[in-house]
Amino acid sequence: MGKILEVNNLHVTFTTYGGTVKAVRGVDFHLNKGETLAIVGESGCGKSVTSNAIMRLIPNPPGKITDGSIKFKGKNLVKYSEKQMRSIRGVDISMIFQDPMTALNPTLTIGTQLMEGVIAHHGVSSNEAKRKAIEMMDLVGISNPEERLKQYPHQFSGGMRQRIVIAIALICEPDLLIADEPTTALDVTIQAQILELFEKIQIATGVSIILITHDLGVVAKIADRIAVMYAGKIIETGTKREIFYKPQHPYTRGLLNSVPRLDLKGEKLTPIDGTPPDLFSPPAGCPFTARCPFAMEVCDKVYPASKELSESHHVNCWLQDERAKQLLTAVRL
Amino acid sequence: MKSVNEVKSAHSPSQVPDEWFKWKEKDEGAAEVVARPSLSYWKDAWRRLLKNKLAMLGLLFLILLAVMAIFGPILSPYEVNQQDLPNQYQPPSAEHWFGTDNAGRDVFTRTWYGARISLFVGLMAALIDVTIGIIWGGISGYKGGRTDNVMMRIIEILYGLPYLLVVILLLVVLGPSLSTIIIALTVTGWVGMARIVRGQVLQIKNYEFVLASKSFGTKSSRIIRKNLLPNTMGPIIVQMTLTVPSAIFAEAFLSFIGLGIQSPFASWGVMANDSLGAILSGNWWTLFFPAFFISFTMFAFNVLGDGLQDALDPKLRK
Amino acid sequence: MLKYILKRFLIMLVTLWVIITLTFILMVSIPGSPFNSDQSSNETIRANLEAHYNLDEPYPIQYLLYLKSIVTFDFGPSIKQPNQSVNDLLARGFPISFELGILTIIVAVISGIILGILAALRHNGVIDYLAMGIAVLGISIPNFILATLLIQQIAVTWELLPTATWSSPAHMILPITALATGPMAIIARLTRSTMLEVLTQDYIKMAKAKGLSPWKIVFKHALRNALMPVVTIMGTLLAGILTGTFVIEQIFAIPGMGKYFVESINQRDYPVIMGTTVFYSAFLIIMLFLVDIAYGILDPRIKFHRKGGE
Repeated sequence: MGKILEVNNLHVTFTTYGGTVKAVRGVDFHLNKGETLAIVGESGCGKSVTSNAIMRLIPNPPGKITDGSIKFKGKNLVKYSEKQMRSIRGVDISMIFQDPMTALNPTLTIGTQLMEGVIAHHGVSSNEAKRKAIEMMDLVGISNPEERLKQYPHQFSGGMRQRIVIAIALICEPDLLIADEPTTALDVTIQAQILELFEKIQIATGVSIILITHDLGVVAKIADRIAVMYAGKIIETGTKREIFYKPQHPYTRGLLNSVPRLDLKGEKLTPIDGTPPDLFSPPAGCPFTARCPFAMEVCDKVYPASKELSESHHVNCWLQDERAKQLLTAVRL
Repeated sequence: MKSVNEVKSAHSPSQVPDEWFKWKEKDEGAAEVVARPSLSYWKDAWRRLLKNKLAMLGLLFLILLAVMAIFGPILSPYEVNQQDLPNQYQPPSAEHWFGTDNAGRDVFTRTWYGARISLFVGLMAALIDVTIGIIWGGISGYKGGRTDNVMMRIIEILYGLPYLLVVILLLVVLGPSLSTIIIALTVTGWVGMARIVRGQVLQIKNYEFVLASKSFGTKSSRIIRKNLLPNTMGPIIVQMTLTVPSAIFAEAFLSFIGLGIQSPFASWGVMANDSLGAILSGNWWTLFFPAFFISFTMFAFNVLGDGLQDALDPKLRK
Repeated sequence: MLKYILKRFLIMLVTLWVIITLTFILMVSIPGSPFNSDQSSNETIRANLEAHYNLDEPYPIQYLLYLKSIVTFDFGPSIKQPNQSVNDLLARGFPISFELGILTIIVAVISGIILGILAALRHNGVIDYLAMGIAVLGISIPNFILATLLIQQIAVTWELLPTATWSSPAHMILPITALATGPMAIIARLTRSTMLEVLTQDYIKMAKAKGLSPWKIVFKHALRNALMPVVTIMGTLLAGILTGTFVIEQIFAIPGMGKYFVESINQRDYPVIMGTTVFYSAFLIIMLFLVDIAYGILDPRIKFHRKGGE
């Protein structure tokens, strides 16, 4: 199982007139071929910025990748020129955006928007592109594709538009698909259909997927591994099983406890108090300290190192330290 | 497989002293503190405006112009219509700082009188536009339904009327004077303002804080005064700053086609029109000063309006 | 779409009716009526006036006959020039004014859009500041002042181009420049600001994510959407250019309709003023209607909106 993507020590900052926002502060993760990795976190935690950084779509100015590497199939995309990136985008790595209502150009037909990618990258004839477009429309489950190619985005419903966006992303047969909150803007019933579509296309094409979401329900359905992000850092990663059944970081536990679950009747929903820290001046220690029910003095002072719990399960939390464990047992006694 | 998820930490765990491992004292509310100082809307807007050099240049010029419009004529020993035919077309000199015109009148004195008229026309037109526009647009947007429908149809029809042509028509009939020019400029001029106010009101009246006051049984007039107006002020102020230069332009334009303010007043438009022939004979100063002041005043209002628009647009706040 | 056109058409008709009625009311309320004997001492003129305005009829009949005359494209006689009707003046002057106007629009639209795009693509760069500098000057300097400056510098001082009249392409350069600068500046600023806004849209990000070239993104995805607002202000710009021809024709001694119009104002030739105003207003109102329709055709969403809603 080879790694298709390796992100190391990624830092992204935005310079605004109010100061410098450190949106992503040293993120490491990797993605294996054919798997689905979910990056989970509250809004503003830097998950979308991370995904845009992989595509090198951070608007500069004000945004900038200040440190780290993004290795796609062994090549560092951070070092790529804009022109080199253009040959990667849409061909090797594709992206799906949150809101299908705004992701399609209102004044161009669906067909034009579908076909322009293949024509630009593979230099095929428009007939060939059209054949490919119809094939993709079939794959994403849009009936009567030949007719519908001539229509404009406003003639489609939200769910249909998201299918089209997915078709556009897949038309050049990319190896990696980044889906940024692909179901957030959709109705619940439509969400399920779109998630099924993701499973279907992964089986059909073998594409690797990075799924950015705040919705643990989505994650439970299609992710293989999960990375939990908080205030610009990944604080815990593990397989779906490890994160859902053996969460270690208090934040991960908080996230899980704030989602209603049918299998745990009678258990109270406990929201996480407070708000994430301000990324204009992020704290030196663990950013979750202020909201953490187990906060210790050390948490404010030093950011905890990553602790390996299994080959796939890692967590950054001082509670993993032996001395903290003694403190915990003392509480229980 | 070696994990790549190794966060480099300043200290390795063994270096961290044991005494740091004790529960942290809970300080209530610490999690709620927002680090960035929150500025009020107007303070923030003002701060952004101060940063806009061009807008500040415009503001400075307008303040100076207002001061000179008030005190300029006092500084000069000449009267606005004091003719001195033997001294016609004198170039700028120590006696006549801006030179003299075809009738030997002092251009310096006349320029500040012109400033009075241009600023007066511009400000009055903007003020009347705002008053009618706020009332009309406010009622139309707030009431909604059929009232809104009828009021908007009227606006649509008036909006279709060619502004300057209607102004010309009215002035032909009413005869040009300071008051008729202001009336003519505002007869259809308020329509743009009314549209803006209505759009703002429509947008804001559905905001939650307004719905909330409504549900507490707050009176309509109070909601309009306390909630709607402060939130619609931004675009109204911007529209006002842009109405003034267009009124100044219209006044100068009307002077140019013979419908300007008549003697004994001297508006910039009249001065420029009077000196059209003079520039061909090389007496540039008679045209230059009124032309410069018309243009620079319009420039100042335009950049100030742009600056205000940028400063007041909540979308640009970060 | 049909409903949309119909609605705009009705509004156009009402607006036309308002302006015609307004001219009539103003006409009969002019202090010391324009038809007084001292104004029109000439017998031929008096006879023409009476024939056209049916002055011996009561007001309502006058009004109806006036409406009829305008609908049949008869704008009445002149009281200053015997045997001249407004129609004669229009036939002579309007083609020239129209030529000036059309050339001005072409120059303003093309240069304004190019300037706006360059500024948006080099946002906060040198070109942006330069283009916006030109634009803000263009908006601030009234066309009649720019015209006199151009005459003084280019025609009189440097003797590069002729000062006046409308007899050859060289004669046309200065008046068109003077008239086009303002609208060009407005178009440039609008194109720039909408372009900047469009460039932040999700579909532009999507186009980037497809790996399209910047050229394609700008011209295929951004420009069309960015130019929509430019279409909507075309009506206002047309009105500005049209009234601008009044002074530009006067300054450059171009024998167009604007020049006649200004002369008629100075001579208080009321029938000509009213007739020309009605003609020009009708022209503008119809143009405004056509602009609205063009907008409906350019934006596919409008068809849908009107079919579904309203």
